[in-house]
Amino acid sequence: MFAQQLVNGLMLGGAYALVAIGYTLIFGVLNLLHLAHGEVFMVGAYVGLALALAGFPPWAILAGAMLAAAALGVLVERVAFRPVRSRGSHVTPLITTIAVGLVLQHVVVKIFGAEPVAFPAPFASAALDLGPVTLSTLQLLILGTSIVLMVVLEIFLRSTPTGMAIRATAENQTVAGLMGINVSLAIVITFAIASALAGAAGVLLAWNFTGLSPFVGVKVGLKGLAIMLLGGLGNVTGAMAGGLIIGVVEVMSVAYLASSYRDAFAFAVMILILLVRPTGLFGARLQTG
Amino acid sequence: MLSDHTVSILIFAGIDVIMALSFYLPASAGQLSAGQGGFMALGAYTAAYLTVQHGTPFPLALAAGGLVGGLVGLAVGFPALRLRGLYLVLVTFGFGEMIRVLFLNAPAFGGPAGFAGIPPATTVWHVLGLLVVLLYFFTRLSGSRMGRAFAALRDDEAAAEAMGVNSTYVKLAAFAAGGVIAGLGGALYAHYTLFIDPEAFGVGRSLFVMLYAVFGGLASFWGAVAGAAILSILPELLRWVKDWREIFYGLLVLTMMLVRPQGLLDAALLARLFPRGERAAARG
Repeated sequence: MFAQQLVNGLMLGGAYALVAIGYTLIFGVLNLLHLAHGEVFMVGAYVGLALALAGFPPWAILAGAMLAAAALGVLVERVAFRPVRSRGSHVTPLITTIAVGLVLQHVVVKIFGAEPVAFPAPFASAALDLGPVTLSTLQLLILGTSIVLMVVLEIFLRSTPTGMAIRATAENQTVAGLMGINVSLAIVITFAIASALAGAAGVLLAWNFTGLSPFVGVKVGLKGLAIMLLGGLGNVTGAMAGGLIIGVVEVMSVAYLASSYRDAFAFAVMILILLVRPTGLFGARLQTG
Repeated sequence: MLSDHTVSILIFAGIDVIMALSFYLPASAGQLSAGQGGFMALGAYTAAYLTVQHGTPFPLALAAGGLVGGLVGLAVGFPALRLRGLYLVLVTFGFGEMIRVLFLNAPAFGGPAGFAGIPPATTVWHVLGLLVVLLYFFTRLSGSRMGRAFAALRDDEAAAEAMGVNSTYVKLAAFAAGGVIAGLGGALYAHYTLFIDPEAFGVGRSLFVMLYAVFGGLASFWGAVAGAAILSILPELLRWVKDWREIFYGLLVLTMMLVRPQGLLDAALLARLFPRGERAAARG
């Protein structure tokens, strides 16, 4: 029972972590909050739905959702962040991204309707009996995909020139610019990566919950924010660990306590952490070590 | 004299202005709260519980709603002492979310099914009356010792402390007062809609309250008033676009913020509207 719940929690947590990594990457480079990130996640999931209904295979659904989300993320950076980066305070992007989120929600409502829709399973899933835990092949795919994406991201940030440029920009924009790094480009790439991960998480969670609603972004977005705080603002490894922790805590709270409290736990953990250790579990700043 | 429809627009717009002011007050001391919906819920549920279960007269229930909002505001102010900027935004987000979940799990308050049977009490005059009191309060505040301490704290905390501003006391006062205003707004809301459920006070509510105040501009409390009034009446004006309404609304807000990142009433515009001596009185 416990081991099974642990696996379920890790699966949920992996997808949460992908959302939180996006927040933390963007916060890392810009020191700003992206309140439409949950909506980017939601749009990614709906693009996945459209591809699934058109009969595409699972890998194409995932890739299509990631590409569409990345394009959307770059667009959001262009309209909601860049114009106010130098002129507004740190409050202005909160408002511009809320507005963008509202528009995205209702564009999706116009296309797909406001009611929750069913998300088709990518394949007939088989159950794998692994001693104390039973894992379906779909769960394995969800968990595997999020782990692979996180490992790839970690390698990318750590050892490619672009990854280093992103880390340098997060460290200090001015100095990075002086060292010849194209800061604007690094920011655009950061948005593309962060949004692609959110798009992937959208499809993975839609597979997990087999359903989707235009307003799902708000809840998942908030959870992503809580996880980002838990792991430390701008800390990618922290967001990964934080996502897994929150996923497990949530599943455990449903299993052993009341299910209606599940959403409160993420925030209870977050507020506790902030009071005890305001820099998060793993310290602040964009680090990968 | 006024049609029911006009009255309902006026009451909801008035409550939105009250809520925007409840965000503005701590914001004027540099404390951004993204959890005003939580305080509103506390005020709404407290007042509704009193009038329904104990037959408390409406004015008393209203005061109790404000009191509970203020006390919890004080409690939330303590963690706020350690946190700045966006950290505080995130914690207050979490606070608002936890209040929502608490009411969702409280059978005494109807849980997810909501709390019904609240007696009608709020009239447009209650809302306007509270607004007049609040506007008088804010006008007096801006020139007062406390109001100047708020502004000093917002501009530079270290400098303010060096000048003898007790930042702990000032921040707690700002949060508590914001909580009182939001609690009152919630109590008025509950006795007009006659039915409340936790979803009415969720993240969406808190975000919109923040949106109103920032859209109007944080340079003065008039910004919060203007922002909330305009944005809560805007959907009425956008009726002709039918189901494109939210999309239009979002695009309008976005465009406005791109053109005027500091909000509708920024410092430059205020200086033109209130030349010389009046400027001090209008500054928040």
